[in-house]
Amino acid sequence: MSSSLSLPARRPAPGVFVALAVTLAVGWLVVAVDGGQLFNQPTMVSLLHVAAGLGLVAVGQTLVILGGSLDLSVAYVISLSSLVAAEAMNGRDGALLPAVGLPLAVSAAIGLLNGVLVTKLRINAFIATVGVGLLLKGYLDHGYDGPAGETSPGLVRSLGYQRVGPVPLSFVLLLAVTAGAWLALTRTRFGHHLIAVGGDPEVARLSGVRSDRVLLTAHVLGALCAGLTGIYLASRLGSGAPRVGTEGLYDLESIAAVVLGGTALAGGRGGVVGTVGGVLLLASIDAIFNQLDVDAFFKQVIRGLIIIGAVAVYARRGPRRVAS
Amino acid sequence: MSGPSPQPLLTLRGIGKSFLGVRVLEGVDLDLLPGEVHAVVGENGAGKSTLMKIVSGVYAPDEGTIDFAGAPRRFGGPRDAQRAGIGIIHQEFNLLPERTVAENVYLGHEPVRRGLVDRKAMLGRTAALLASIGEASMPADARVGRLGVAQQQIVEIVKALALDARLLIMDEPTAALADHEVDLLYALVRRLQRRGIGVLYVSHRLREVFDLSDRITVLKDGRRVTTARTVDTTVDQLVRDMVGRELSTYYPERAAPGDLGAVRLAVRGGGNRRVRGIDLRLRAGEVVGVGGLQGSGRSSLARALFGAAPFTTGEVTVDGVPVWLRSPRAAMRAGIAYVTEDRKGEGIVGRQSVLDNALLAGRAIMPSWSGRDDRTPRIRGLLAAVGVRSGGEDREIRFLSGGNQQKVVLARWLSLRPKVLLFDEPTRGIDVGAKSAVHDLVRRLARDGAAVLMISSELPELLGMSDRLIVMRDGRIAGELTAGATEEDVLGLAVGVAGGSAG
Repeated sequence: MSSSLSLPARRPAPGVFVALAVTLAVGWLVVAVDGGQLFNQPTMVSLLHVAAGLGLVAVGQTLVILGGSLDLSVAYVISLSSLVAAEAMNGRDGALLPAVGLPLAVSAAIGLLNGVLVTKLRINAFIATVGVGLLLKGYLDHGYDGPAGETSPGLVRSLGYQRVGPVPLSFVLLLAVTAGAWLALTRTRFGHHLIAVGGDPEVARLSGVRSDRVLLTAHVLGALCAGLTGIYLASRLGSGAPRVGTEGLYDLESIAAVVLGGTALAGGRGGVVGTVGGVLLLASIDAIFNQLDVDAFFKQVIRGLIIIGAVAVYARRGPRRVAS
Repeated sequence: MSGPSPQPLLTLRGIGKSFLGVRVLEGVDLDLLPGEVHAVVGENGAGKSTLMKIVSGVYAPDEGTIDFAGAPRRFGGPRDAQRAGIGIIHQEFNLLPERTVAENVYLGHEPVRRGLVDRKAMLGRTAALLASIGEASMPADARVGRLGVAQQQIVEIVKALALDARLLIMDEPTAALADHEVDLLYALVRRLQRRGIGVLYVSHRLREVFDLSDRITVLKDGRRVTTARTVDTTVDQLVRDMVGRELSTYYPERAAPGDLGAVRLAVRGGGNRRVRGIDLRLRAGEVVGVGGLQGSGRSSLARALFGAAPFTTGEVTVDGVPVWLRSPRAAMRAGIAYVTEDRKGEGIVGRQSVLDNALLAGRAIMPSWSGRDDRTPRIRGLLAAVGVRSGGEDREIRFLSGGNQQKVVLARWLSLRPKVLLFDEPTRGIDVGAKSAVHDLVRRLARDGAAVLMISSELPELLGMSDRLIVMRDGRIAGELTAGATEEDVLGLAVGVAGGSAG
């Protein structure tokens, strides 16, 4: 018995990385047969750019989902953040810190609102965050017809397009944020408590965890991550865009990435490393289909099938309940 | 006790508690010495759980005082009690299956070094605590969901010890354990005892109580009957103390031997994960009571017969025809109806009308019967026949009293003209007047030719209603009793001290 039990409790990185490797291998083969090349620098760079944008918001979404909640307002937060950032910069390089701080503060405030609705008013997270999202949509639709503001050229050059070798700076940022989130989840009380709240709110409460505060923090962090994605997209586009978040499907894609990465949608199990795997998987599928010039609608169908299949696999290996 | 008695760890004086005007505890005194195992026993509903919840801070008492470790206490919540040094091990474990032993043990008070959780210290201290209770073989970094039930219980105990608990409440700690695991628990309790930890031990199983405890307190109907040193009392005495009440006489008349018809339901060798070796015959016109403690397999038997958790072995016949009760739908088609124990959760759809609730089962299995004209008048007739006072058939059923809700559920099943009726706690949460109406209905159904199986935790009801009684223990039929049986007979079979005439 002791031999089977002394296996490392930290389970190895989830199967999403295996799926990623298989996808890339198959993709490389298919693209090669098609006469193209998957692993050239431009393709890889664009893949990592896509991954950076989705990854930042998905890491934040992971925190929220681990706590047993959900944030469906992120797409609108991204759009808003891109606009706030670009308008605050107004094409100038000076005062970059306040120009980045302002959209982040706005995002954090929205996260706080989400958190209050979910924890204090006990509104179902799905409804609460969709409601907040619609609120933001109303503001965006009313105030903006198209791109507005101008991102500072320095930020466009650095966060938008600078690379370290083949790796975009934005992806390095994603790795840094992921590392921070990983540390928070595994090495801080906040992380332990967040996972406990998501696993079983009653157990957490009886163990003296202040559930509301923990979940509220997760919502703020999740919105902050969405705000980062907004700033990054502003630095790619050179301006803010009122529909960049919704058109990129960042709300549903971030949740898909989290689930592909092995985090339980009900909370209490999973982590950010898997999420990054899920993000890379989605970005790889995107890159492969682009190489093959696959019809955009068909692409969506395939992505849908992959997500359903992956979740079905996880469901089969579902968590064992504590016997009682 | 001889000699100067040590300072008690816990002293309860005059504890009283009411819920919604119903008294569940009254004037209960109890004290617990350091290192003592004090058992609390009583029938279902005697007030044991409420008392334990008061000690552990879940409820505040309406009356009375709690002294713990030499000072009067008022706990504002479970956290207060925990911090004071009172740990409780619930019947249902409070653990996170996805987290490690150490993470569970230190949840809420993780050791921190330089702002980060000190995992090394957490693992080390958990291992030390495990070793201190002789469980050094359990790795502190194992995921709790992979541990067995007994080991999870150890994790619960260690979790309490990590908070320096000086009093441990164990509520039915062996309910989920296999026999050999019970021995491990015994050894563990003895080790805790030697460390000076006081244990309040709540159990239905008298054998355990006698094996483990130093003293026993008997509760009945919310009052303390007696507290005795375990060596000074006997099982018989204890059972008498637990029961000790007159059987009321207002139950409807039983079936005369001549009233019984052919066998309607027969089970041979029925079994599944929760029940084993079930042999049972129910005859037309007969009310058969099912006794036993909570968790003895009574409800599992009913759920198996209704196909909700089907038998995996054995044969079932209804009116001599073999049937396969693989789902509630199949059972309903075979003519079996089930009035569930959990009326709110499984019996009614709260926000639907009285009429819709009554029509539920009929609509589900007889689609051809869906012509509104002929179905509705019939149900109206049944609702009237069972005496529902609803204030209108379009009223949402959740606004009805428990008794009226139950009558609607009955009307629903009667519309299917069932051959076999399974009742699980049919009068739970129903006021006294409605109770006897339900009793009359049950008897009338039997007289009309149905076979009735009735589970009840209320012994007077069980004895008053049944033509015949089976008593369950550990998933088996422990024995069968005839109509003249006493509460002592039932309890004896249920806790496994008496032989009974095995049926």
